[in-house]
Amino acid sequence: MANDEKNNRGLLDRLQFIDRRYIFIFIALAVIIPLLLGLRFEEKPSPIVLALYDKVDNMPPGSRLLMSFDYGPTTAPEIQPMVDVILRHACLRGLKVYLMAVWATGQSLTVQTVEDVLIPEFPDYEYGIDYINLGYKAGNQGLIRVIVDDMKRMYSTDANGTDIEQVPMMKQVESLKDMDLIVSFGGGFPGIKEWILFAGDPGAIPIGGACTAVSAPQLYPYYPNQMVGLLGGIKGAAEYESHVLDRYPDSFKTKPTPGMNMMVAQMVAHIVIMLFIVFGNVMYFMYRGKERKLAMEK
Amino acid sequence: MLRFKAAIFTLLLLLLFCLSAAAQTAEELSDTAALEEPVYEIPRLAQVTNFEAKDSPDDAGGEIELTWDLSVDDKKEDGLVSKYVVLRSQNPTSDFHIVGVANHRDSSYIDKNLKEGTDYYYKIVTFPKYQGEVRLTREEIDPLMEQYPELTELDIKDVSMLAEYDRDIMSVFDDNILGISRVAGPVKSRAQWFNSKDLDTLIIGLTICISVVIFIGMARGGRKLFLRRIGGLQAIENAIGRATEMGKSILFIPGIQDMDDVQTVAGITILGRIAKTIAEYDTKINMPVSRSIVMTTARETIKEAYLSAGRPDAYSDDMVHYITDEQFGYVAAVDGIMVREKPATCFYLGAFFAESLIMAETGNSIGAIQIAGTAMPAQLPFFVAACDYTLIGEELFAASAYLSGEPKQLGSLKGQDVGKFIAMVFIIIGAVFATLAALTGSEDILEITNMIKSWFSA
Amino acid sequence: MWRRTVPIMITFIVGTVLVVAEFIPHKPFGNLGEDFSLYFDIIAVFAFILGGGNLCRVHFSKVYRKKTDWQFSIVTLLGFFVMLAAGLFKIGNPEGIQGDVTAAGSLFADLYDSMFTPLQGTMYALLAFFVASASYRAFRAKNIDASILLIAAFVILLGRTPAPSLIADFFAGAGITFMATAFNFVPTLTDWIMDVPNLAGQRAILIGIALGVISMALRLILGVERTYLGSDSK
Repeated sequence: MANDEKNNRGLLDRLQFIDRRYIFIFIALAVIIPLLLGLRFEEKPSPIVLALYDKVDNMPPGSRLLMSFDYGPTTAPEIQPMVDVILRHACLRGLKVYLMAVWATGQSLTVQTVEDVLIPEFPDYEYGIDYINLGYKAGNQGLIRVIVDDMKRMYSTDANGTDIEQVPMMKQVESLKDMDLIVSFGGGFPGIKEWILFAGDPGAIPIGGACTAVSAPQLYPYYPNQMVGLLGGIKGAAEYESHVLDRYPDSFKTKPTPGMNMMVAQMVAHIVIMLFIVFGNVMYFMYRGKERKLAMEK
Repeated sequence: MLRFKAAIFTLLLLLLFCLSAAAQTAEELSDTAALEEPVYEIPRLAQVTNFEAKDSPDDAGGEIELTWDLSVDDKKEDGLVSKYVVLRSQNPTSDFHIVGVANHRDSSYIDKNLKEGTDYYYKIVTFPKYQGEVRLTREEIDPLMEQYPELTELDIKDVSMLAEYDRDIMSVFDDNILGISRVAGPVKSRAQWFNSKDLDTLIIGLTICISVVIFIGMARGGRKLFLRRIGGLQAIENAIGRATEMGKSILFIPGIQDMDDVQTVAGITILGRIAKTIAEYDTKINMPVSRSIVMTTARETIKEAYLSAGRPDAYSDDMVHYITDEQFGYVAAVDGIMVREKPATCFYLGAFFAESLIMAETGNSIGAIQIAGTAMPAQLPFFVAACDYTLIGEELFAASAYLSGEPKQLGSLKGQDVGKFIAMVFIIIGAVFATLAALTGSEDILEITNMIKSWFSA
Repeated sequence: MWRRTVPIMITFIVGTVLVVAEFIPHKPFGNLGEDFSLYFDIIAVFAFILGGGNLCRVHFSKVYRKKTDWQFSIVTLLGFFVMLAAGLFKIGNPEGIQGDVTAAGSLFADLYDSMFTPLQGTMYALLAFFVASASYRAFRAKNIDASILLIAAFVILLGRTPAPSLIADFFAGAGITFMATAFNFVPTLTDWIMDVPNLAGQRAILIGIALGVISMALRLILGVERTYLGSDSK
């Protein structure tokens, strides 16, 4: 009997800290199955997402929007849906789009985004007049500090090697201060925080952000005084997609909504994690109950 | 007779058919005409008033601030104004060019990148809302550029929205269509020697710096200072001792940022203290780094620590080795080292991003004692969940001073408490006034609340 | 003596000037911060040669001496040199040696897209699994504090997904209105937790960090803290 009791305790102890590989399998299934099914749900935009949407939506056509690709292939699955939806929204509103990257890994993603979204979906957009790819420049926050006062000191050519003086849409751009909105994509370093500290604050330029869900909480303190709005992770992407779909149904109904699709996978994964936490706690309390009982018997 | 009637009836039918066909064609034709020649209602807009231009304060020169009162048409609920176009010239009567656009309901604009000391003149054009946008084609832009060499391509694209009212681009600036303000100027831009917007930062910064210096002085004078215990720091010696007993190595990760990040500097200062104990205990330290400058600095630090512990012979350059600048490449290598070498103790002290949990979970799976410290708020929850001890934010910066036990270093920690006290006092005062303002609805209290807020806003 | 004094003097002068320059927009002070950032980058680029050299030295010696797991070092060296050669000599670059290093079709771009990108993605994706296993261990209702944390975690986990509105619809359909109301309230509660307790905590940590940075910077500028120079302050 005592032996059974001991075995039972050992089992409970083990279950409290089950092999993490079981958790891994469940999480993998929870993510893969919903993605394969391709479901999506409507999302109501939170105020911080709505603020960025409104800013983009209310800018007069012809205003200048700088999109900085401050992320790499690693976080692309999470960030790219936000890039795509904001770019589509900006082009729909007739904004002039400036693309650049503070991360070396961002450069190839700017090219890919132009090829995948801008060129096929907005054939009217002309390179050099409506959009430009400035490419990557090294220097992290140092680069931002320089171009906030003098763009041409760091960018003498665009990403294709064209002399910047020959590009029509760069003629009236001397520095970042000529931008009407800067949106930084990616929550790492350098990222939204550096854009706020080294461009937004000193140059009085509106800064928006789109970052991974894990970086979002640390950026909340900057909203609304130093940051116009923020999209945090897939949730932010899904909210923006859902809202833009609601406002411009004709233009967006045929467009992909990866954020909204991934949100379903995220929901199932969250539920699986919650179930595991509940399971762990049940095992913990059962184990503690047994321990107390044994102590009382002694 | 019947034949005649039938013929007339047929003729009438034919006439009717022809008439309806003609009417339809006319309708189609007028539709086509409507498509080709859009008819827009052009509202005549009131100009802005009280338009002024002055040198931007607190800048490095090259900026002029424009302010105005909104056009009467912009004050209405569903106003007719879409934006204000800013025109600039170095001549009060001619050569005005578009330099920027302000949104409707905006009553200011900062013109940037100007030559210092040059006289500038400004005008504001009140710009109406339009129905749909006409984008000029290449064929339309090129002749316009030839016709108006003083305009850039961007100017033409910008006025293309106006051009839908009138394809003759210059006539859009006709007073009959748009509200054009009076000319403001001449105005020059100048650089200032002090940024008055930073006065609050200067006062707070100086107060904290002076109090740090005073406390350092007091500590040097022999005054005893009380400091609370920091659990993670007290565990450091035990963690090194454990690695020594087990005969295993200690892994030290200084974050993934370069020496220009103060968190990396903090990590390296703690390394200096830890390395001395490691040298005394004769334990092995393994330090993979992701930045070359960090590698050279860490080597110097460890070498000196071994020297001051009297064990220069035990030091080797291989203790610190470079892996890659690439975040996840570095994590993969560190995880590999952990799984293969199974260090007894892992230190993560510096700036961390998404890699924090990947490293800490791997460290947890091999049963190492883990002590982390970072000032990246987003990574703190991960370290707290996966590590045994975590130095939260300021504790990372305090650690080296705390471990040194020197009075002057401890004094600097005490000095920063003055800053905390100031922050706490103003947070409480601000919260009280904001609550009172909300409860009483008093304008005066709200004004005081906003004044306190303004002292601390960027 | 010179080894310690010169760096401390440089730290003191540069530190003080940069702090003062923060408040002076006029030339030449206004641009000093950005100029020094550029100088650091130039030094960091040259220092990379040290890093690359060290990587080769460590792994060559590992292979040469046949130390434990020396086979992995061959993979590292191979990866390093193949990528270096692909980038340096622009192998397979359609625009030749003049072309952009990342031009489509070049060996560098192919290696980057087909190996580097998926490998990086894999490492980052580990987070999804590790978050699950870490939260499984960490969220135990051991005491009141931990229980509050657990409840907050549940609200956020649920509130950051469309689940609450789906569950609320289900309850509303079943006629259990109070449950529907409760679940409809979850997103509001999530936003409140993020905006109020989370924000308050984050701000407190940020204020502490800012003060810590000031104090640390002062110790470095005044030469009180010298551990980074490899010496005690004594």
